[in-house]
Amino acid sequence: MNKRLKRLGALVAGILLFAASSMMVSAETGYTYTYDYWGDVQYSPDAYRVVGVYTAVEMGLEKKLSFPEGLFVHEDMVYICDTGNNRIVELRWTGEEKLEVKRIIEEFKGNVEKRTFASPTDIAVTDDGYLYICDKNNERILKLDMDLNYVMEFTKPGDANFDQSMSFLPNKLTVDSAGRVYCVAVNVNKGLVKYEADGEFSGFVGATPVTYDWQDYIWKKFATKEQRAQMESFVPTEYDNLYMDHEGFIYAVTTNVSAADLDSGDADPIRKLNLMGNNILIQNGNWTVIGDLYWGEAGGYKGPSLMTDVTAFDNDVYVGLDKVRGRLFAYDDQGRMLYAFGGSGNMDGCFRQPAAIDHMGHELLVLDSLDSSVTVFTPTEFGSLIFQAIEQFQAGDYAGSGETWKKVMALNGNYDLAYIGIGRSLVRQKEYREAMDYFELKFDDDNYSRAFKQYRKEWVEDHIVWIFLLVFAVLVLPLGVGKVRKIKNEIDTADIFRQ
Amino acid sequence: MVTALKKKETYSHYLATLKFSLYCITHPLDGFWDLTHEKRGSLAAANTILILTLVCRIMKLQFTSFIFLQVYWEGINIFLYLASILFPLALWCLGNWGLTTLFDGKGTLKQVYMATCYGMTPYPLLQFPLILFSNMVTVDEAAFYIVLSSFSVLWAAVLIVSAMMEIHEYTMKKTILFTIGSLLAMLIMVFILLLFFSMISQGIAYFVSLFREIMFRM
Repeated sequence: MNKRLKRLGALVAGILLFAASSMMVSAETGYTYTYDYWGDVQYSPDAYRVVGVYTAVEMGLEKKLSFPEGLFVHEDMVYICDTGNNRIVELRWTGEEKLEVKRIIEEFKGNVEKRTFASPTDIAVTDDGYLYICDKNNERILKLDMDLNYVMEFTKPGDANFDQSMSFLPNKLTVDSAGRVYCVAVNVNKGLVKYEADGEFSGFVGATPVTYDWQDYIWKKFATKEQRAQMESFVPTEYDNLYMDHEGFIYAVTTNVSAADLDSGDADPIRKLNLMGNNILIQNGNWTVIGDLYWGEAGGYKGPSLMTDVTAFDNDVYVGLDKVRGRLFAYDDQGRMLYAFGGSGNMDGCFRQPAAIDHMGHELLVLDSLDSSVTVFTPTEFGSLIFQAIEQFQAGDYAGSGETWKKVMALNGNYDLAYIGIGRSLVRQKEYREAMDYFELKFDDDNYSRAFKQYRKEWVEDHIVWIFLLVFAVLVLPLGVGKVRKIKNEIDTADIFRQ
Repeated sequence: MVTALKKKETYSHYLATLKFSLYCITHPLDGFWDLTHEKRGSLAAANTILILTLVCRIMKLQFTSFIFLQVYWEGINIFLYLASILFPLALWCLGNWGLTTLFDGKGTLKQVYMATCYGMTPYPLLQFPLILFSNMVTVDEAAFYIVLSSFSVLWAAVLIVSAMMEIHEYTMKKTILFTIGSLLAMLIMVFILLLFFSMISQGIAYFVSLFREIMFRM
């Protein structure tokens, strides 16, 4: 009996061990991951989950979508540029996780020759109720009002800066609050094409500034005049897509980057442009904002992540969409990666040819042009907590932010930003000693030094008496003793006492 | 040996030779001359300095503030880490001795080793306090640490060069020439060792596969 029990016990233990080991194996891979300080992949609980994948069937469209390229979200309205069918589909996101067709825009009214679209590739909707549409093959950007009346159009710039022999093919656009239009046009490599609200072309914005280093300088010294002319520094900038955030800054992405530049940190695949067109994206993370750090050649994919679109939340978290491996990379306002997820394939949450991304509140929408579908993601508890912690910190609720980061840490102990977040909130609460421990765990030397400086100051102030006593004991006392001895010696050997 | 350990003079001699390293680092030319010619150094003291250097290296890993030294503990092999000092040291001693002995160098292998170890004294001497110091500074004050830290290595290097000059009774020019020569000799030894290892491993692999083939056919 006893023996049997033992055998049973061993069997149960064996099964448990096996189950545990198989669980460990499943923890080795995952859908969502982050990079730690060392650049090691740390799998993470999912930050986003798929609400649904919406194709023409789910939307209730009679005609299937054909190679849609443009996606725009305005409040609860979703606009899809059905490029292959020359139409725009206007949908509404209902509370019951459904995309409901509101209208299908195939033509518009107004006193203009062509009242249909030819390969519309992007759309933007402004708060004052105008639709801006990239009517690509008609070589124009249309401005329509909500009732589809023609208002005006932006056409090929007549300026000498624009090569007149080229056709003008607007591909992507965004509109600022003053009605200025920024557009990415095919074959334009000087940056974004900018129009004033009255339709006048006012130049290019956001070209890569020309930099040169000592190697170029030496080469130029030895080159002939003809060679120098050929080396004329011009860094072409071909943007792929753009997004205007709530403050009016333009996030622009480019896939025109080389692997070597990404490796050395010289390339900026995601940029945040200010009004002057300068890149003001903050990169304070352990790694630059380039998507995947390791590009392994497997499964038919190779090379670096290529960002094809970007969207930015109101809390300055931005998400880049990688078209190579169908992944989404979220970064916070300091350029530290929050998480990456996604993949290539037919599964929900994976993509075949992701083309555009946008957000609605904290939900993410991704348009897949080959699959002709929109995937809607919603944050999980883990993802929501991260957003909550970031927003609380931005709002000045440092104690609350620390508590939220602690909840994040409870869900994922390998999440570096949680430790740093807790530390930062502790610094604000003047708990410097404890904050230092959190920063040290995740190698955050800047924050550590900030906390340590305060801690050191407090420590010195508290122990100033002891420090003085110690200095006194080490320096002044021996001096004094020496002096006394010398005097004593002088007295002992003085002539008057000599007998 | 045991009787020597019982004598009091053994310890006082050891302490005197160890203390002499402090004289050497401030008066290198005079000190290293006396080290061998006046027998004021000892192998025991040299070994002590080497061990202190090794201990210092390891303690640095553990106790230096992470601002200056981030340790990827998963990638640390303590023996390899120690070999990163011991192996170049052995190569240096052999290379230097082998070369100088052909060109009128007066130093023996033992003396080269002893003088090199004495020359390393500034490293533990400065690095131990620096470990403490590193925990008292912020990134803004990192320059102090970096300057002191590189100074200790530079000082040791200057000492080792001047030690070679004194024990081999060379001129300055000749010393610099043979220092470069010794470094080249180290490179050549590494190259030959690598060649040797890969040849041997291929040779072994050949016989292993031959044996397997025979076993397979039987």
